[in-house]
Formats: sequence, C-alpha cells, structure tokens
Amino acid sequence: MDKVTNILMAGVGGQGVILASEIVSEAMMQAGYDVKKSEVHGMAQRGGSVTTHVRFGKKVYSPLIKDGEVDILFSFELLETMRYLGTLSPDAIVLVNNQKILPPSVTLGKDEYPDTIPGLLSARYPRFELVDALGVAQQAGNAKAVNVAFVGVLSRFFDVAEDIWHKAIAAMLPPKLVDLNLKAFALGREQH
Amino acid sequence: MMKVLLSGNEAIARGAYEAGVRVAAAYPGTPSTEILENIVQYKDIYAEWSPNEKVALEVALGAAIGGGRALACMKHVGVNVAADPLFTASYTGVRGGLVIITADDPEMHSSQNEQDNRNYAKFAKVPMLEPSDSQEAKDFIKLAFELSERFDTPVFVRSTTRISHAKSIVELAEPEKREAPKELQHQFEKFVMLPRNARVRHPIVEQRMHKLAEFADLFDRNELILHDTDIGIIASGTSYQYARESFPTKSFLKLAMVHPLPARKIREFSARVKKLYVFEELDPFFEDQIRAMGIAVTGKEVFPVCGEFSPLTAAAGINGTEKTLENPPLLEYLPPRPPNMCPGCPHRGIFHTLKTMKLFVSGDIGCYTLGALPPISAMDTCICMGASVSCAMGIDKALGENNLGKAVAVIGDSTFLHSGITGLLDIVYNQGACTVIILDNRITAMTGRQEHPGTGFTLMGKPAKQVNYEVLCRALGIDHIRKINPYDLAQVKSVIQEEVNRPEASVILSEAPCVLHRREFKPTNRPHAVDESACIGCRACLQIGCPALEWHNVGDKGKASIDQTLCTGCTVCAQICKKEAIREGK
Repeated sequence: MDKVTNILMAGVGGQGVILASEIVSEAMMQAGYDVKKSEVHGMAQRGGSVTTHVRFGKKVYSPLIKDGEVDILFSFELLETMRYLGTLSPDAIVLVNNQKILPPSVTLGKDEYPDTIPGLLSARYPRFELVDALGVAQQAGNAKAVNVAFVGVLSRFFDVAEDIWHKAIAAMLPPKLVDLNLKAFALGREQH
Repeated sequence: MMKVLLSGNEAIARGAYEAGVRVAAAYPGTPSTEILENIVQYKDIYAEWSPNEKVALEVALGAAIGGGRALACMKHVGVNVAADPLFTASYTGVRGGLVIITADDPEMHSSQNEQDNRNYAKFAKVPMLEPSDSQEAKDFIKLAFELSERFDTPVFVRSTTRISHAKSIVELAEPEKREAPKELQHQFEKFVMLPRNARVRHPIVEQRMHKLAEFADLFDRNELILHDTDIGIIASGTSYQYARESFPTKSFLKLAMVHPLPARKIREFSARVKKLYVFEELDPFFEDQIRAMGIAVTGKEVFPVCGEFSPLTAAAGINGTEKTLENPPLLEYLPPRPPNMCPGCPHRGIFHTLKTMKLFVSGDIGCYTLGALPPISAMDTCICMGASVSCAMGIDKALGENNLGKAVAVIGDSTFLHSGITGLLDIVYNQGACTVIILDNRITAMTGRQEHPGTGFTLMGKPAKQVNYEVLCRALGIDHIRKINPYDLAQVKSVIQEEVNRPEASVILSEAPCVLHRREFKPTNRPHAVDESACIGCRACLQIGCPALEWHNVGDKGKASIDQTLCTGCTVCAQICKKEAIREGK
C-alpha cells in the first residue's frame, strides 16, 4: 500500500486517547508499515482537548496529517468530534464513541452541550458510525478499558491479523491489565 | 538489530546510551522532559534532575572536563538560564564529549515564548545538529559526541515539539563500551578562563568554526536530493518532512547541521535550481545567512515567522493559497475545553481566595499558572521561572507604602528551588515588604511529576535529603513564616490577609501534595455529594472551576451535582456553599 493512511484521534484528557494511539502505531509497525505519530504533552493535557495523529504506509514523511487528508476521525467524545471536521478528506470514516464529557462552560451553565451532533454527522458523512465503547468496556468488566474496546472497533477497518493486535496490546499495557483489555478489544472488534 | 517505535525524546536517550554517555543532567521542561525519564533505564548512565538548567549544564561540563561523555537537556527557555556557562564552555571546549539538547516549542504548546534557539548556536559559536525524525535523533546524538571530541567543542542538538513528541521507527544498535576516565588532567590554559587565557581561546574558537564550516560542506547528512529543478527547497527538521511530503518531486537541500552552514553546498544547490526557497520554522536563520552570501532566495515573504509549521504551510507558501476545505463546521459555536486544574488540586482554594481578596498576584511557571484562566482568573503576571518573587519586589519598591495589602507572589516548590531563592534573598536584603506564597505540592507537577531537592528522592530512585523550606527561608533572613493547609479556606484567607498587611517580608508555606502524586497524596475524605433539597442553584460552587462539579436541571430549576468518580473530597466547594448543601458522601 503506497498511500499513507491518516487517523486523527480526538478526545478529552484522561480518556486514554494516547494509549490507543500507541497500540495502533505498534500494531501497524508489526504489520510492516512505516509509522509516525504525533501529539502534544504538557499544559494541554490537564483535562483539555487531546488529539494525536497516527500515519502509516509504505513511507511516511510528515508526523502531522495535512488538513483535508484525514481518512479516519477516531473520536472518543461527541463534542470533540466537531472540532476537527475541517481536517477530514471528502470520503472520511467518522468513528465516534457515544460519550459526553461536559466542558467547564457547560457545567457552569453558560453554554449548552449541543444535542444534535449524531444527526448532523450522519447527514453529512455516509461513513459515520456511532459506537457505545463505554458499554463494550463495561461488558468486558471495566469502564476504564473503553479506549481498547474502541480500538477493537477501529481494527475492523484494517487488514491486520488479530494476533498482531494482541501483541501490540500486550506490549503497551501492564501485565495484570492485559487479559481485561484483550477481552474489551475482542468485544469491540465484534461490534456491527 | 531490532526496530522499535520511539519518540524523539526516547531516541535521544537511546542515542546517549549507545554513545556511552556517563553523566546526564537536566531540569524538566516540556518538550524535553522525557529524555532523562528514559535515560534512567540505562543503568550505566548517572542521571540527575538538577535544580535548574545552569546547574545541569555545569554538571555536564564538569563531567566532560573530567573526561567522560556528558549530556545536558533542557527546553528552549532553559538555555536562557544556562547561557552563562554555555558561552564560556564554547571557549574551553571539552575533554569528554559534551552535548546539549535544546528542545524548542514552536507554537508555544506549553511555553511562555517561542524563541528560536538556532540563534544560540551562532551567538555562542557552537555547532548545532537538527534531526528530522527519531532515527536521526538517535544517530545525531552519537554524531554530536564524535564532533564534540573531534573539534573540541560543546555541540547542540536541537529538537522541537514535533520531534520530541512524535514517534517513528528506530533501528537499535549496540552501545559503545567506554571505561570511566582514569584521572584528571590539569589544563590551566584551556579550562581557567582568566582574561589572559580567554584571549588565547577566542581565536581558537574562531578557527574551530571555520573548520566546522568546511566539515559541513563534506558532511553527507547535509543531503542534496535532486529531482525536478524548477523548484529547490532548503529545510531541516520537521519542516523538511512537511515540504518533502507536499513536494515529493522537487529538489531539496536537507540540512542536518544547521550551524555552521555548508556554504559550498548551498551555492551548488542554488546554481542547480531555478527558484530557491528556504522553508524554516520561526526565524529567518538560514535565509539571512544565505542572502548575505549574495544568493537570491524566497523565505519569510511567503512563509510565516510566528507559530509552528504544518504540512499545509509549504504548499500554501509555494503554490499561493490552498484549495478551500470541503468540510465547513457543522455547528457555529463549540463550547471550549481549556486545560484545568485537577479535581482536588491544592492550588484551587488558594487561587479562589486570592480572587476574593482582589490581590495583585505576581505569578510564576507551573500548573498553578492555570489560576490565571477563567473562572478563577487570579494571576496578574507570568514571565519566567522565579520571576514571581523578584517582580513582587519591584512592584513593592515602585509603589512604596501604597503597595501595602495589595500584592502577593505565588511560586511552586520546584520553581522556588529552580530560581526563586535568590529573589527572596533580595527581598530580605533590600527590605521589600513582600509576601511570597510557596505552593509546596511535593513534586514538579506540570511536567508530569518529577523529583526535585524537596521530594526526598533522586531521579535514579535513591532516597535523598529534603529541603526544609522553613529553615531555608529563616536562614535567608525571613522572620515571618506561616504554614497553611490550602484546603482550609478560612485559614488561607486570614493568614494571607495578615501577611500582606505586614510592612515586612514574609513567606507563607502552603503544604499539600499534588493529587496525582501517588506516593504522597492520601485522600482524607470520601467524595462529596450535593443535597438537592438544600441546593438553591446559586452557582457559587461552580466558580472554582472544578471538573468534578456539574450543573443540571431538576424540574425547571438548575442544581449543582458532583461526579463521584472525579471528586477527591477536598471540601473546597463545600466550604464555599452558603447553604451547607455539599456534604461528604456515604
């Protein structure tokens, strides 16, 4: 595959977005691709918006995705999805975890959390999918595995063998959490 | 050898290990912090968190004078702190190799300015390498040590946020085996920078830079990539990656050594291409020098000086405007999600109190700088590490008696040890009537919880002596030292009130560990909950900006509620609630 695949992962600090990007990057390297991934640490982390760029293909130059060339928007939170639509390619896959985390202006009662997001997305993007990754993680035994459950959903879009995903998950998680996360991944991969 | 995915910072650490580094020193600072955090896994390397970057560079320089290979790492503004030893280390040169990492932060993702530290290489007359991915980050560290020893000079390796915090594939190699230096060498003319010796060293530095410029022309990592010659682009670092991706069929001169520049290669490249661009983030550092060589070049008239580049920047500058994007926003307004102090953060109650007291807050660098943002909005200055203390002194001297009861300095424990102590010494010696609040949360929190001289442990995990702030301040000459519990709002307010109204210097020690600091933080209360029948919906509790507090409608009335998974039971909101509607949960 010469064409580089661009995944923009978005969410809120604490949701495990970065770990998800580590697992996907590791799996793609194991699958034989060149891989680059990029994000920002530091002040931006404290409960704020988080994004990470994951790119893989035969040869990857830039660590950042060019605006307008995101193939998959992999979003952990409804509102966060809406911030990055400008980065999408025309036929992008928009994969969204159906979870709301209220930003401070909403908890303060100054702003409303928009309730029209899924409808707006599905009207514009034919390849929009809403997933209950939190529910999948709870089914696997722990809400904290939501990120790996969601990676399971994402994994269906790539021709990468299941055992490569398992190795990547095992490489990125502490040993005592591996079984739980493998279960969350498997349940996520079965969605739809 | 094995291939692994490494961040630029992990690759720099690996490069240091493969190069046989003996000593590595740093002060944490985004985006450089993870270099030393990763170096500790290599047990052959002595690694330390120094109190500040000047100390870190001096420790590394000492190690190099002793004959070992040494690494000093810092963020861009850290080099300002380390500039004093830097400029003279350029004169002394080294025995063992000395490499300095400057991790710049274009776009200021987590910094107070976006200075371009390539200028330091020119200013201090030190060569600088700039990698464009993690493999090069590792390779260039090893190269930098070879250059340092071959040309008898410190060597800079410059990273940026998009190198340090981007991962790409790296092939590992075996480490070089290097013995500990056997003995010291007395070299008066080389290492004692008295005027008579420094006058001898300066021409040696100039000759060295000439030799390095000759080397730059022969250096194969300064790479000519010739394709279509209608357009030629000179670039380094991630700028090269962005431009190469947008213009895969054009010609490139990829610079690995960004100082000194390879003049002959630049002339050759410019002669081969029809139109020459310099694509460089931040300052026109190459551009100005290339112009001075009499070569026509396009740069900052089409590419921005401010902010970081992206893959769009090269295309936008070279092709004119990019095509419009096909995905306009679906919603006109999106509620923002700014960074926030954590639930239970000990800083929250302090800043809430400072706001209610309407004090002028001379602020500093750390998590608590978030106290400047809404809804708390209680910080009036933020300049650089330690400036809170000395600026408070200047404010006091400018206003004189009119300042009484109006201003306070606020500084974190790690920042105080980094460069607050000398400011406090000035306040004592020159008799400022200032109050300094030291927010001691037992860790360097902002950069991800690194040890420091007040935490009781070293970077390598050894138990260590802990600074006693009270004894230290007393020794500096502070007579009025008060300790407060930042979760006790009544105490916080009364103590600050008393001290800012005292016409003498004072220090308030606020003692409570960072809630993310697992070794020290022990919650004393259970999560709290709102009694809906008592809540009148006044929103007073929401003014402290705690992520655990939420607002929702009960019938036609709004009420506060608390996310039980986030609340640490810190009680700050409960103390603010006038209706006693917030209580410990069961």
